[in-house]
Amino acid sequence: MGAVSRNGKYRIVHYLNQFFGGVGGEEKADCRPFTIKGPQGPGRLLEKLFREGNADVEIVATVVCGDSYFAENQESVLREWIPVIREHRPDLVVAGPAFNAGRYGMACGAICSTLEPLGIPAVTAMFKENPGVDQYRKTALIVESANTVSGMEDAVRKMVRLGIKRLHGEEIESPQAEGCFEQGIRRNYLHADPAWRRAIDMLLRKIGGEPFETEYPIPFFDRVEPRPALPGLKGITIALVTSGGIVPTGNPDHIESSSASKFGKYSLEGLESADATTHQSAHGGYDTTYVNADPNRVLPIDVFRELEREMGFKPHPWYYATVGNGTSVDNAQKFAKEIAVELIRDGVQAVILTST
Amino acid sequence: MAKEIERAGIPVAHICSIITISQTVGANRIVPAVAIPHPLGNPRLPPGEEKEVRRNLVKKALAALQTTIQEQTVFS
Repeated sequence: MGAVSRNGKYRIVHYLNQFFGGVGGEEKADCRPFTIKGPQGPGRLLEKLFREGNADVEIVATVVCGDSYFAENQESVLREWIPVIREHRPDLVVAGPAFNAGRYGMACGAICSTLEPLGIPAVTAMFKENPGVDQYRKTALIVESANTVSGMEDAVRKMVRLGIKRLHGEEIESPQAEGCFEQGIRRNYLHADPAWRRAIDMLLRKIGGEPFETEYPIPFFDRVEPRPALPGLKGITIALVTSGGIVPTGNPDHIESSSASKFGKYSLEGLESADATTHQSAHGGYDTTYVNADPNRVLPIDVFRELEREMGFKPHPWYYATVGNGTSVDNAQKFAKEIAVELIRDGVQAVILTST
Repeated sequence: MAKEIERAGIPVAHICSIITISQTVGANRIVPAVAIPHPLGNPRLPPGEEKEVRRNLVKKALAALQTTIQEQTVFS
């Protein structure tokens, strides 16, 4: 594909978040973007596996950005940093792997999706439940990774395999063969068997209870119709729910800081506000310094009370909390269903849900 | 969670920092928050002003709950 660099090597720019970029953990998630010359962290493995695959590559630069900084300033980061990436004249850009890190996945997807229309091939990797997959799989090539960093080598291997094809301008095979997420691209080809035979074969397998694979999966859009608006607030019971991990001090239910397996239900009775002595955050996916100092910054108990008096709604005497950090979609759905059953039983008519 | 609670029949206003994630997971009434580590506050502001920011966000969520919508809507 693109122009090979002067010393004959393919030029790669690698994108990493603050953690893999070696800046630090969650407390550095607001780190502004910067460039490192050469490979960094997973970039070394990336280079090594490219070379094992007989692709003579060089990671000419690594762009690093804090996950929160990117999420909160996506437009300006892309505006300023896509030109910086282009200045390195990359033949390929690799982002991540992001595993199940939501903000990181959204950043990797946004970068790849912005580069592709500019003629710069890009590859990234994510866990299937990363929100970046749904958002960007149509516009970026995303290979499937495990949900945690233990799947690093496998993810990098898949990215390298696909990356080499892109460097050589080779055809990308089906998503199954490449180990990446479907982009929704349909290609015509001549099948050895006519459609009627394939249809009968499939039907017989289906009748016989054998596994079969459809040739045209029906797209699945899981959306819920918006509920009608509340006619007013007077006398309406409203509950607070949060995925931001606000729990009574000491985290009595031991809600996990990531991949939560449960939610908690805590009393708001008699509480006018929350402070550093009454509540804390159990969340491991953002820097909790500010929230531990004032938990109202995630669970707005103080203004909820004020507005209760001014507007006449009834706060539900319990709030529900979990940690939305790498939490599986299945678990989140399960929590919400259980919470909803209780809320309906208790006559709650509306919910304010806060997330970090 | 926003979607599942709404599916059960209760309208939800989702105050969140990353709107794109909220849209992807299918929340219907979305209120953009301040920042990831302090969605309903801003430690750089004096306490009075900070509380006003929080008050306005919750008021916006309450207004969203009283607004008829046909599709996902961001109340910014």
